[in-house]
Amino acid sequence: MTTLQASSPWRKTAALLARFGLTGRMLVIAVPMLWLLVFFLVPFLVVLKISVADPMIARPPYSPLFVDGSIQATIGNYAYMWEDSLYINAYWSSIKIAFFSTVLALLIGYPMSYYIARSPEPKRSLLLLLIVLPFWTSFLLRVYAWIGILKTKGVLNMLLMKFGLINEPLIIMQTDVAVYIGIVYTYLPFMILPLYANLVKLDDALLEASADLGAGPISTFFRITIPLSLPGIVAGSMLVFIPAIGEFVIPALLGGPDTLMIGKILWTEFFANRDWPVASAVAIAMLLLLVIPIMLLRMAQTKGAET
Amino acid sequence: MKRSILLATTVSFAAGAVAAQDNVVNVYNWSDYIAEDTLEKFEAETGIKVVYDVFDSNEVLEAKMLTGSSGYDVVVPTSDFLQRQVAAGAYQPLDKSKLPNLVNMDADLMAGAAVYDADNEYAVIYMWGTTGIGYNVGAIAERLGEDYEVNSWDLVFNPEIVSKLADCGVTLLDAPTEMIPAAMNYLGLDPRSTDKTDLEAGAALLESVRPSIRYFHSSQYINDLANGDICVSVGWSGDVFQALYRAEEAENGVEIGYVIPDEGALQWFDMLAIPVDAPHADNAHTFINFIMDAQITADITNYVWYANGNAASMPMVDEEITSNTGIFPTEAASAKLWSSKVYDARTDRTVTRLWTKVKTGQ
Repeated sequence: MTTLQASSPWRKTAALLARFGLTGRMLVIAVPMLWLLVFFLVPFLVVLKISVADPMIARPPYSPLFVDGSIQATIGNYAYMWEDSLYINAYWSSIKIAFFSTVLALLIGYPMSYYIARSPEPKRSLLLLLIVLPFWTSFLLRVYAWIGILKTKGVLNMLLMKFGLINEPLIIMQTDVAVYIGIVYTYLPFMILPLYANLVKLDDALLEASADLGAGPISTFFRITIPLSLPGIVAGSMLVFIPAIGEFVIPALLGGPDTLMIGKILWTEFFANRDWPVASAVAIAMLLLLVIPIMLLRMAQTKGAET
Repeated sequence: MKRSILLATTVSFAAGAVAAQDNVVNVYNWSDYIAEDTLEKFEAETGIKVVYDVFDSNEVLEAKMLTGSSGYDVVVPTSDFLQRQVAAGAYQPLDKSKLPNLVNMDADLMAGAAVYDADNEYAVIYMWGTTGIGYNVGAIAERLGEDYEVNSWDLVFNPEIVSKLADCGVTLLDAPTEMIPAAMNYLGLDPRSTDKTDLEAGAALLESVRPSIRYFHSSQYINDLANGDICVSVGWSGDVFQALYRAEEAENGVEIGYVIPDEGALQWFDMLAIPVDAPHADNAHTFINFIMDAQITADITNYVWYANGNAASMPMVDEEITSNTGIFPTEAASAKLWSSKVYDARTDRTVTRLWTKVKTGQ
């Protein structure tokens, strides 16, 4: 009796909603959809709008989309990007830096994840805590800390010189090496966590079966562990690769003048050149560039969910 | 050291502002660009809370001004940026009846600033300075000989000389409208020229020395010079003096010098202006008038080592500063200073594109 009373208003509402073709399932989906609409689609459309405007000295510094009821749009900014090799080179260089950073993060992250996943329970939690601990400090501060470590008279050079390993300080700051260090350091947890989540599910029985059938540990690792952890590898790699491509802070703080990355180009277009339309066109092009790896990530996730 | 003190005051002022939300003035100034007690004195005298925020490049300020609704009441753009932002409609004309301290200002310097802002309608001079060369005295003597006199742009623009300094760190400002004209001037061209071949010649010179340049940045060199991490910076006069000051305070054996090269240098004005949509325009006027007080301006100059445009403040400025030709140049040196040229949109693009090429080699 009580159940009926409690649920009857809900049923009435559900019936009311159903009359408009709405079901409870749709309401649940509506929240993330609304989120996407407000925080992704709307900003995207705003940027898209600016990317087809002309720059001008005004506030804001670009031409309006609607003038006297007609649409004023140009693809000149995209054409400009295409004509000047700078942008293509910057995209290419960003992809290169992101790719090698991802490979390095995988090489460092895989053994760490494997070790954590194979550790006994109390130790495992402690190790995982250590991985996420750096997140308690601001990302910006941590990058600044690297400046202190890597600079000419920084901690690293002082230590190496003290132990007589080098005579002259190494110039690491303002080079691509510093950018790689910064990116790999910053995004390593994003590699480790999905890999760990995958490796911890690895069934010991499969490894034992492999050993029983005569495979050595190395053969087992490459023929059983790696293939089974492939969804984790793909997910971790994409989580490193995607943000690394558009990275601005790390190349701006640690990189040198010739570190060519699309995030820096975007900054220059927006701030130094005051050319918001070209900056927007660069951003849209970058987004399209990222769609492919994001699709790969989604496919890997779907596959991971199935197994 | 100075920076941390400044930061602490900023935080306390920001916290205070929350309590009395209505009677505030939101100030957006360059980093390390005010005396330690200026804001405190202003609050004590007027009862208006100051929310003080800082930036380190004109570009960042400009993006906020062009977006609008920045929430700031007083901002400090450099003269050529001011001119463009005025054209975009970013500022409101000053109500001079609320600025009685205008009588303190130096008529010649205000006339200089009026080149960018006709009749000084939108802004008054906060500080002014030059873009010259800061250097580590010891490191230069070690690499170029004890007798080498630093008095020329040779130090950064002569590939033979700059290459000898590359290992100890040479930096340039990340400001194309200052660096390219300086290079053009070194080549004997008019630094205010907008001719494409002239601009390209300047950029080509910069490209030829680029292999010896550690980085392009407009504020990082202050700390790096002071710590001895770099040895030559093209920089803003007062910033280099701050590096000098910090090195002295740290007693780390680093001796810093600043020179306005004999070939001449850029002279610029940083201007106090009120955004068109400033929420507390009245308080903004009160603040600007307060800054133009002779003693207050003198205190700021004594602290930041930048020249000001306030004639009445000069007797209160330390002798050490007024006699420093890096801050108040001699008449001969003044004659060789140039002011920056505001470019049209096409030249602007040429200059920034050339600059990207200089920086990245692309």
